[in-house]
Amino acid sequence: MTSALSKIYFFLIGLFLALPLIVVAGVSVNAKQTLAFPPKGFSPSWYGEIFLNPEWRNALLASLTLAILSAALAVAIALPLAWFLWRRIAPWANIFQLLGVAPFTLPPVITALGLLTFWATTGFYGQPWTAVVSHAIFFVTLPLVTLSLGFTAIDRSLVEAAATMGADDRTIFRTVVLPLILPYIVSGYAFAFVLSLNEYIVAYMTVGFIIETLPIKIFNALRYGYTPTMASVTILFVVTAAVIFSLVARFGDLPKLLGAMSSDGK
Amino acid sequence: MRREAPHRLADYGPLFFPAMMLIVFFVVPFATMIAVSFFQRQQGGFYVPAFELANYQRFLSLFFANVLGFSLMLAIAVAVCCVVLAVPFTYLLTRMARKVQVVWLVALLSVLSLSEVIIGFAWSTLFSRTAGITNLLVMAGLMSEAKALLPSFGAVLTGMVYQAFPYTVLVLYPALVRLDPTLTEAARTLGASPVKAFFTVVVPALRNTITATLIMVFIFALGSYLLPQILGRPQHWTLSVLITDQAIYQSNMPFAAAMAVFLVLVTLGLVALTVIAGRKGEAA
Repeated sequence: MTSALSKIYFFLIGLFLALPLIVVAGVSVNAKQTLAFPPKGFSPSWYGEIFLNPEWRNALLASLTLAILSAALAVAIALPLAWFLWRRIAPWANIFQLLGVAPFTLPPVITALGLLTFWATTGFYGQPWTAVVSHAIFFVTLPLVTLSLGFTAIDRSLVEAAATMGADDRTIFRTVVLPLILPYIVSGYAFAFVLSLNEYIVAYMTVGFIIETLPIKIFNALRYGYTPTMASVTILFVVTAAVIFSLVARFGDLPKLLGAMSSDGK
Repeated sequence: MRREAPHRLADYGPLFFPAMMLIVFFVVPFATMIAVSFFQRQQGGFYVPAFELANYQRFLSLFFANVLGFSLMLAIAVAVCCVVLAVPFTYLLTRMARKVQVVWLVALLSVLSLSEVIIGFAWSTLFSRTAGITNLLVMAGLMSEAKALLPSFGAVLTGMVYQAFPYTVLVLYPALVRLDPTLTEAARTLGASPVKAFFTVVVPALRNTITATLIMVFIFALGSYLLPQILGRPQHWTLSVLITDQAIYQSNMPFAAAMAVFLVLVTLGLVALTVIAGRKGEAA
């Protein structure tokens, strides 16, 4: 009785989560350029459109470039910080942990507006690289949280053994710590990458008038009516996210990663 | 290795780059925004350094009070819906086989990472007249004619609950995973039904977690800036929408900045409440 109830409950929640995506997937294979569900006819051509139509292809490339670079920069900021906080006793340095978590905890509009006023004041507004820096700061929380968690999992005696044998900090980091922390670097990068790919407001406020990322492109297109390419891009994004998170789960410990994510991160 | 305090300047080496990045690109922009909120707006979208409170005085209008009231009410409604749905869901999820949990977690993360643009588009399709859910009801014979369900308050609320639900589950997950299973076992041994055990043992044990989660989801919902625009009417616009609108379309940066500072103060006040709720939880 109760287990049947919980199965129904899980089915309903699953349906709630999946329903909009099912409808969008249906719409994305309409034969003609109409917004119809159930789809009229079948055509995968709207998926080809993402790569063939220069506007959508440019938006895809802009989004990918932004996500690849900003996630790398986010990890580059988070890794030395997490390493320092684990390696040294310096309570005042925790302020930087707090600063790293803040952009993600505050409503996104605030970080976006702060960066917009900053880039406008310094005269760099509209430069493509400002979006990379902005996203890296906005998403630095994710690698910072996964890496802090990864460091707590390292057995300090391993590092001590290396130190006793005469290794300096640099050698210890390269030969002992880095291999142990690598899975956490990868998952931190993956989280930042997927979220950057989907991010709208920060990208829009920093470079929205010069560069169209995919979310910006979808929103701009949405204001002028409907095109089925929006639907196919949506499905592409969902599948990309699902594949990346499945890989993280396959090669890492997802429940553990999430178990500490909220208690550390929030 | 023992953690040591840094001795030499070189020991601070790893801190240099992250600290510089966070100060230059987060602290300084934040300060810039606060400064701009006191600046004077010039015609044509520019502003000049000044110190005036006019941008803050604009809050004292009926229109602004309405927007603020609506934003808070909407965020509360979203937080309550999400927590009510997510607490039993997460509780049951943590009792499942690990493999099943991983599948659900991947699905939740995938939905959580979706752009607001995409969530807005997906729900506007689902609520549309031509491709919407009403077509299914017509096919099932429950409705005579398909109709559009948006723009409406219900559409905004549904979209935002959709956006915040995975977040709520992931916030609750760690606390529920660590919940001592012997608690419910004891209740069951003493003859309580599973549902009764859930409401009389699990929910009270999680009181502080639930309070903290409500506040966090509330803050998350306050940040929603696109769904009210895509799924609602102008009277459903929230503070976040208004800030974007003033900054981008009205080119009134000082007023947008003042509203953002106000939103930060509201958020920080709530974070402080969360921390206090958490402290109490530890003490209890």
